[in-house]
Amino acid sequence: MKRVVFKSRWVPAVAALPQLLLIFLFFYWPAVSVMNWAFTLEPAFGGAGERIFVGWENFTSVFADTQYWNSVRVSLIFACSSTFITLALALVLALAVDRQLKGSKFFRFFYIWPYALAGPAVGTAFLFILSPERGLMAIVNAAHPDFWNPAKYGSHAMILIITCFVWKWVGYCFIFLLAGLQSIPRSLTEAAAMDGSGPLRRAIDIQIPMLTPTLFLLLILIATESFVGKDTYGIVDRTTYGGPNNATNVMVFNIVAKAFEGLDYSGAAAQSLMVIAIIMVFTFVQFRFVERRVHYR
Amino acid sequence: MLTKIFGAASALALLAGLSGTAQAAPVKFEFWHGLSGDLGERVQEACTKFNASQTDYEINCVSQGAYDTNLQNTIAAYRAKKHPAITQVYDAGTLDLMMSNAFVPAKKLMADSGYKIDWDNYFPGIANYFATAKGELQSFPFNSSTAVFYYNADAFKKAGITDAPKTWEQVATDARKLKDAGFECPMAINFDPWFSLDQFSAIHNQPIATQANGYKGLDAEVVFNKTKVVDEIKFWKKQADEKLFVVKTKALGMDPIPAFSSQTCQMAMSSIADHGTVGKTIPAGVEWHVAMLPVFEGTERQKSLVGGASLWVMKDRPEAEYKGAAAFLNFIAQPDMVEWWSTVTGYIPVTKTGFQAMKANGFYDKPQFKGRELAIESLSFTEPSDNTRGIRLGNYTQIRKEFSTALEAIFMQNADVQTSLDEAAARSNTLLRRFEKTYAGQTLN
Repeated sequence: MKRVVFKSRWVPAVAALPQLLLIFLFFYWPAVSVMNWAFTLEPAFGGAGERIFVGWENFTSVFADTQYWNSVRVSLIFACSSTFITLALALVLALAVDRQLKGSKFFRFFYIWPYALAGPAVGTAFLFILSPERGLMAIVNAAHPDFWNPAKYGSHAMILIITCFVWKWVGYCFIFLLAGLQSIPRSLTEAAAMDGSGPLRRAIDIQIPMLTPTLFLLLILIATESFVGKDTYGIVDRTTYGGPNNATNVMVFNIVAKAFEGLDYSGAAAQSLMVIAIIMVFTFVQFRFVERRVHYR
Repeated sequence: MLTKIFGAASALALLAGLSGTAQAAPVKFEFWHGLSGDLGERVQEACTKFNASQTDYEINCVSQGAYDTNLQNTIAAYRAKKHPAITQVYDAGTLDLMMSNAFVPAKKLMADSGYKIDWDNYFPGIANYFATAKGELQSFPFNSSTAVFYYNADAFKKAGITDAPKTWEQVATDARKLKDAGFECPMAINFDPWFSLDQFSAIHNQPIATQANGYKGLDAEVVFNKTKVVDEIKFWKKQADEKLFVVKTKALGMDPIPAFSSQTCQMAMSSIADHGTVGKTIPAGVEWHVAMLPVFEGTERQKSLVGGASLWVMKDRPEAEYKGAAAFLNFIAQPDMVEWWSTVTGYIPVTKTGFQAMKANGFYDKPQFKGRELAIESLSFTEPSDNTRGIRLGNYTQIRKEFSTALEAIFMQNADVQTSLDEAAARSNTLLRRFEKTYAGQTLN
């Protein structure tokens, strides 16, 4: 094989320039703007007056805001529940399809398609499906008044947005887990079956341990997505709009509402930086401590 | 991108002009607005009429879907220097625009373009919302409305009620009668602060904030937790607990106006702009009317507040576009256009001559438009005062949100009225202080 050696050090630089330019434009420039705004007070139309440097004030005012802590709490509840339910369901489904069940080919296709739908579309669909006044829930409500009402009860609203998120992402996780399961040599499970272990025992002792790399990857992916992803925003925007009484006002929604509805770019920038910090800590902790226990045999 | 195309187009036109063969192409400019659906199509129609009326200019009207998205997109476009010549901004965004230093004041624009406008022709009750404290109009009132009270006269007859309620106490009594007559939802309410905060405070002569609702300075503080608004919310809550007032929101499945036109609810408050929609959607033959918003007993009624949006001409556009913008604004202010616009939408005429022309034509005597004159009456019931001129508060969109969140807690989760409103007021004041600091060193006109 021939190794390419550039005579001039400018040629590789020029070749890499378009890529670097794009990275700068789409990642670093916005990030620098956000950093800039987070420490100043930015007028909506920009440039109206001299931009005032305020130091950490944007951050202290966010920390002093009870609404912010509420959105952190709400986000944590949402992200933890969504991640756990999505992965658990996907795992059960993958194990089921991996066993040579009738119709498993059909289900493989069937489970993936919700992923193709955008978050807001899922939200709109479920807003209709789980409406307290129409359909299935209307029948339940007729028998037990106020049994289900996401516009009134915060907990119901939370269940509504978790349902949307799980529904959208479970198929995606399922495909990964199924691929993981199918790469486990069949001889292992077959040998275990011949030794008389049931499907549950085989799953716990052989399949799940061998799936841990996939599970770990998905855990980070889904946890991040549910915490700050665009789907979470889209779903909340279309279903509960952060309500009732801020019960589903997750962090991403709070930021967008602050920035665009409230035209408070500085406050939103400070919150964005905090989300980035949280994600970094989160990822660091996961790689540092969780990955060590992952089996890669 | 569009501006580039326009730029290229005008360069081509210039070349054509130099060669002396083709006729000068019209100056093209953009108008962004927040109306969609039927109303959006009406705006488009107005633009088409303007383009057909002359050959010098060509307006391109672009709907951004909603008022708030239009404001957000305008800001984004302005920051990128790709903004339209004219943009439509709703009442709550007025102060944001006024402080932006990004617009050409209405008076200056028209004077520069050689139009003589009789500014006194605008109803003071409408124009003052968009004018400086001294009364200088900054933007052009366009689609203006106010809140009115809708009631189903057929249902009233069945319940033995003869007149429209004038006071909130009467609304409660009538609601009881309607309930006894078997109507499940006598009165529909929602959490929209435009009714419960803005309009209620104005007609009851209550301040929403200090400093003349913000007109006298950016250091205003909200006071809605200390005025009759508290009594109003307590009163509503009591009626809601007795199931006489029913909360109707989109999240619960139905807004008040669909609830009214489907005859689910028999009384509702809404914008006069919905008059056309109700007329179109309520079953034929059902008798319904509008009345002015009720007040509490013993109140000396004041004028209500104007709602809707106004048109702002943005800075930093080529000179030729300003001439076009002025021509367009002049065009839509002509009495026949005002009449056409009010007829097809339900918005009210914003000039006295427009209103007179419509009255003379017998517009308000036609059965389908009967009652629309009440909006003008409501808006000009008294001369504008500190409490009724308008609202000049920064971050007002967010303040409205704090207020409606408090109402959600009160009506949906039985939170204490005073405590919830106190919290909303405290949070609103934080927002106001932040706005004040962002625009520190600038004075409010």
